[in-house]
Amino acid sequence: MLQVISLLLENKPGALMRVTGLLSQRGYNIESLTVARTLDPAISRMTIVVDVDSVQRQQVIKQMNKLINVLQASDLTESPAVVRELVLVRVRTPQESRTAVLKEAEIFGGRVVDSSTEGFVIEATGDPEKLREFIDVMGSYGEADVARSGALAIALEARKLRLQPPVPTKAGSRQGEPAT
Amino acid sequence: MLLECLAREGVDCIFGYPGGVTIPFYDVLYEHRIRHVLVRHEENAAFAAEGYARSTGKVGVCCATSGPGATNLTTGLVDALMDSIPIVALTGQVTSKLIGSDAFQEGDTFGITRSCTKHNYLVKRLEDLAQTIHEAFYVAASGRPGPVLVDITKDVFQGQGHYQPVTAVHLPGYKVFTEGHAGQIRRAAQLIHEAERPLVYGGGGLIAANASPELRETVELADAPVVLTLLGLGALPAEHPNFISMPGMHGSYAANMALNNCDVMIALGTRFDDRVTSRLAAFAPHAKVIHVDIDPAEIGKNRAPDVPIVGDVKRILPKLNRLIAEMQSAEAKTPAVEKRLAARSAWWAQVRAWKEEHPLEVTTSESEIKPQHLMGEIDRISGGHAIVTSDVGQHQMWAAQLIRFSEPRCWLSSGGLGSMGFGLPSAIGAQVANPGKLVIALVGDGGFQMSIPELATIAGNGLAIKIVVMNNGYLGMVRQWQTLFYNNRLSAVQLDGFPDVEKLAAAYGFKGRTVDRPGELRGALEEAVREPGPYLLNVRVAQMENVYPMVPAGAAIDEMVLGPPEPAAPASN
Repeated sequence: MLQVISLLLENKPGALMRVTGLLSQRGYNIESLTVARTLDPAISRMTIVVDVDSVQRQQVIKQMNKLINVLQASDLTESPAVVRELVLVRVRTPQESRTAVLKEAEIFGGRVVDSSTEGFVIEATGDPEKLREFIDVMGSYGEADVARSGALAIALEARKLRLQPPVPTKAGSRQGEPAT
Repeated sequence: MLLECLAREGVDCIFGYPGGVTIPFYDVLYEHRIRHVLVRHEENAAFAAEGYARSTGKVGVCCATSGPGATNLTTGLVDALMDSIPIVALTGQVTSKLIGSDAFQEGDTFGITRSCTKHNYLVKRLEDLAQTIHEAFYVAASGRPGPVLVDITKDVFQGQGHYQPVTAVHLPGYKVFTEGHAGQIRRAAQLIHEAERPLVYGGGGLIAANASPELRETVELADAPVVLTLLGLGALPAEHPNFISMPGMHGSYAANMALNNCDVMIALGTRFDDRVTSRLAAFAPHAKVIHVDIDPAEIGKNRAPDVPIVGDVKRILPKLNRLIAEMQSAEAKTPAVEKRLAARSAWWAQVRAWKEEHPLEVTTSESEIKPQHLMGEIDRISGGHAIVTSDVGQHQMWAAQLIRFSEPRCWLSSGGLGSMGFGLPSAIGAQVANPGKLVIALVGDGGFQMSIPELATIAGNGLAIKIVVMNNGYLGMVRQWQTLFYNNRLSAVQLDGFPDVEKLAAAYGFKGRTVDRPGELRGALEEAVREPGPYLLNVRVAQMENVYPMVPAGAAIDEMVLGPPEPAAPASN
């Protein structure tokens, strides 16, 4: 089944590689993955949709949490959350159906971002299921190409980010004492 | 500056191999008090660092150059990852400006070792170096231990700077669980207290946590029989009356029967590995499972526990013990309690009966040296206190079955990864860390031939390691599987051309000998141990001996094949 995971991770070199590497290493298939900075430029938010056996869902989250650069891993699959996606569709349209295409785009809340004699580029956002329908409809008018952003998700309720405090080093404390 | 960091972390020895980009580092090392042991292949530097760490509990350190040096380390890194061994690997990287240009000896060490390590770093700026090194040591040793690699560019090695003490490391996303949930610990105590057929199933986590004294108390309080995994051997002394043996694919009959018949399983620092559980669905079907582990991801990964406890077993067991003791002293002698106590003694009688029914035995022969005979003699000469390292395969299993370890950190074996060529280099690390101890590298003829270059390291450093080759002329475990499951079609397992060990050892300047008669074995081992320096003893053993008991792939652990010629009837539950 599809699992929606929201990660907060330190914006450090290699952090993305650790997450994707972990997913492939443990045999989880990535459906989509998006990542960008949060309000705090040191932290990125990543939304990952993975296709995973339902008994494995907890294990995926636990493995994510083990990554040192991951600050928080949440399973949004069944918790209250908004999941949205952006799609760009370039559709080649013959003259006679231009108006119809524009009407359809309007129904889906799409916006024309480029118009030429060949056709349009239309952007639309929404939940991934709705966008699939939009793409199908556009495809019925002519040859269509699609760029999808992948799902973006945010929980409706804020979850407290619990960060670990600094730990004194051996070098700073007396020699031979445990660091913890 | 790097060496200052290492010294402050208490590092006294580095196992390494220099190369182009690490020359500046070695230049400083030239006059530093930290010892450097020059191995002959980087893989063995990592194994030696593991031997150091496994035998002492301290972080082992290894070092390699960029490119091929770093790639050669990877087997040792994965080995340490699988067995949760704390090591820090330092690798050189090409000058930061050259990264990405396919420069000479450039390799993407940071990328390659991502999955080989608990965590890894690439340091491109001198000002990040000290902080990173201290973080690396903290991550390696804390929580569930593991390998950490720090890749350092040549310009950072060359940089001049004064060490500014780093008083703290800040890893906001790295949580170490220690104490355990009080409510779950209470539930666990209750379950153990009320158990009729309790069993402790302990693993390498007990050794990593140095929790032997606490374990002993738990075992004696609960009066539970104990099985210890390959990595857990020595956590409870083998001579302890509650100890059964190792469970699993080549575990004893009694250990596997006890696992599958207990009603409360106390799993401590162990991960329900497939070599222990075999067919998971048929594993310990009657047991309520208490699982204590420091890694939350291990809880419920293979077996969903009834009582999960995340934390440091050394911190949790005393709390558990206190509660069990309280429950015991508060108890009145009701009929229900009498019944339980009777069930407990029946359980013990059953466990003893299983042990007597199919004991693990040292078998001998007049005409040839049985591998089991060799293990019996090593057991005798080590007295439970020598450090014994092993490779992987038949000799490893016989050793685990028959050598009794009285202390933790005496049995060093590659468990999870199962790396051949581990035994000899890990013995180097163990001997360097424990100069006064008897260290026996017990290896197969296959693994030994992967490690021969390190004979020079042993000789050059005057390490009095006793190398014992259990030589059956085959890759024995693969041969055993081919015999049992592939119609005895022995494909590519015969190891011809084994060298004359007397000449081989002499070439490196120490003594070697081959024995093949049972009567010579004891004397030869004694001679090896008496010899002040290293010794290479090649023991020619029965070639076609198979390791039993054996749980065939896909079977339940109580469906053991106990030995040739007739497979024993599956034990009843």
